[in-house]
Amino acid sequence: MIEISALTKRYGSTTAVSDLTFTVRPGVVTGFLGPNGAGKSTTMRMILGLDEPTSGSVTVNGRPPRAHAAPLHELGGLLDPRAVHPSRSAYHHLLALAQTSGIRRPRVDEVIDAVGLRAVAGRPAGKFSLGMAQRLGIAAALLGDPATVVLDEPVNGLDVEGIRWIRALLHDLAAQGKTVFVSSHLMSEIAQTATHLIVIGRGRLIADTSVAEFIAAAAPPAVRVRSSDQHGLAALLRSPGVTVAPADDGALAVSGMPAEQIGAAAATAGITVLELATEQTSLEDAFVDMTQGAVEFRAAAQPAAGPTFEEEK
Amino acid sequence: MTSTTPNTAPAPRALPAYPRPQKVTQARVLKSEWTKLRTQPSALWALLSAAVLVVAFGIGYSLLREARPPHGAAAIASFDPAAISLSGVQLAQIAVGVLGVLLITSEYATGLIRTTLAAVPRRLPVLWGKAAMLAAAIVAVSVPAASAAFLAGQSILGRQHLAVHLGQPGVARAVIGSALYLAVAGLLGLGLGALLRSTAGGIAALFGLLFAVQLVAGFLPGSWADDVGKYVPTTAGQAVTAVHPDPTSSLPPWTGFGVFCGYAAVLLVLAALRMRRGDA
Repeated sequence: MIEISALTKRYGSTTAVSDLTFTVRPGVVTGFLGPNGAGKSTTMRMILGLDEPTSGSVTVNGRPPRAHAAPLHELGGLLDPRAVHPSRSAYHHLLALAQTSGIRRPRVDEVIDAVGLRAVAGRPAGKFSLGMAQRLGIAAALLGDPATVVLDEPVNGLDVEGIRWIRALLHDLAAQGKTVFVSSHLMSEIAQTATHLIVIGRGRLIADTSVAEFIAAAAPPAVRVRSSDQHGLAALLRSPGVTVAPADDGALAVSGMPAEQIGAAAATAGITVLELATEQTSLEDAFVDMTQGAVEFRAAAQPAAGPTFEEEK
Repeated sequence: MTSTTPNTAPAPRALPAYPRPQKVTQARVLKSEWTKLRTQPSALWALLSAAVLVVAFGIGYSLLREARPPHGAAAIASFDPAAISLSGVQLAQIAVGVLGVLLITSEYATGLIRTTLAAVPRRLPVLWGKAAMLAAAIVAVSVPAASAAFLAGQSILGRQHLAVHLGQPGVARAVIGSALYLAVAGLLGLGLGALLRSTAGGIAALFGLLFAVQLVAGFLPGSWADDVGKYVPTTAGQAVTAVHPDPTSSLPPWTGFGVFCGYAAVLLVLAALRMRRGDA
């Protein structure tokens, strides 16, 4: 369980995180979504007890993150998969980490096997591909069998198999009753992995909701319909709470009425339906809709250089 | 290859629970820092080069002085055969000082420090663990190196009947003191690195502390140069490496060494204050 209350972090005159309040509950995977520079990494560093909040508080499993006697058993974190000594082997990287908490060597072997790094465990960690480095970072996060797991962009650099693997892993951790908090800028990935969502933009909370509600709230599903008599059908459907708009290629986009009712209404009026489909808003679209205006920089604002986001501050 | 096995992504090898107690203690952090030190090739190279510098430079300078022995009563009286065979310490202090800086700044440079401090949220056991392991490793390498340099140097100088032996007053202390001096030079580097969190800044500050302060003190007028100069870090520290430190320009051996330790202690305490609070 992660409880964040009125959390604010300023670096000089820059406010990275502003008055955030939310709770990450055990037993489900919670996604942490936000455009680049929104303050996700800053928030995660404060959860891990690495950055000191300017004001507000963070507790992990009921205590401040730095107050745990057995920190690796309470909280496992992955911030930057490249944060390894380049010439130290993956095995010794994990061993040194394990030894701080008296975790035994067989456990180091267990996590190496669990993330699939057995074959390369003796190689210098600096020579790892990004995907391998992510696996090593996840191994480090899981060493102490922590009750709470915090992972910053863990699917970055993973191939399809790796993404599938981590999705299963996160579900498995949540099913064990752990608190799992995962940031991503890949909305589609979060949609398939997370059950709950925390969305922030410009350091502020935008949404604290389930994935399904988030999509529904951002834009209700529209129904696309083509029929033998578009004008007649449009007149028939228009009513309070229902909007009908012409879509491209002569179809109608109807919102506020489910597809079954549209089909039934058309049948009653003797209009032949040629095409009828519910168009689900993707999480991607919902995310863009919600964070409009919360994006710190726009590509258009810097046409020459493109967007230069500073997430890893 | 993958096209023939489209859906065979291996199920994650189930990771068993690990219910064993996992309290962080200073002793455990010490063990962790030892693992880090022995698995960091650059640290091993720095220790090896320190040992080689002590022995090789000691032998080289002894050969030089064998070829050019002192002439005249004053020159013979101030001739310190032990110091000649231990002169490599002057170079080795750079190697161990830089090692001290790198031991901590490499963690800041890679970001590994965040992983380390998340695992040890009280933070300071990491600094003390690094300090203890660094000092122990330097002593472990330097005592044999200084002893070898001393014995080889004396056997060379002995051909001109200029040698001293370990049983003479102050000689064994100078040999062991050289190793202790190097350990504290390493701690100076560690303190500076932890305080500045930058490899370049830490090494620059180390050179300033080891060499520039001594130079500046030398420019002071008259007896000030000696009075103040005694307390300059390197001068104070090297009193313990001399068999007969000159009382006008240096402190008594262990007093001087104590002052040198004081500089390292102040830097480490400042580094600890910076590390304990605020952002990692």
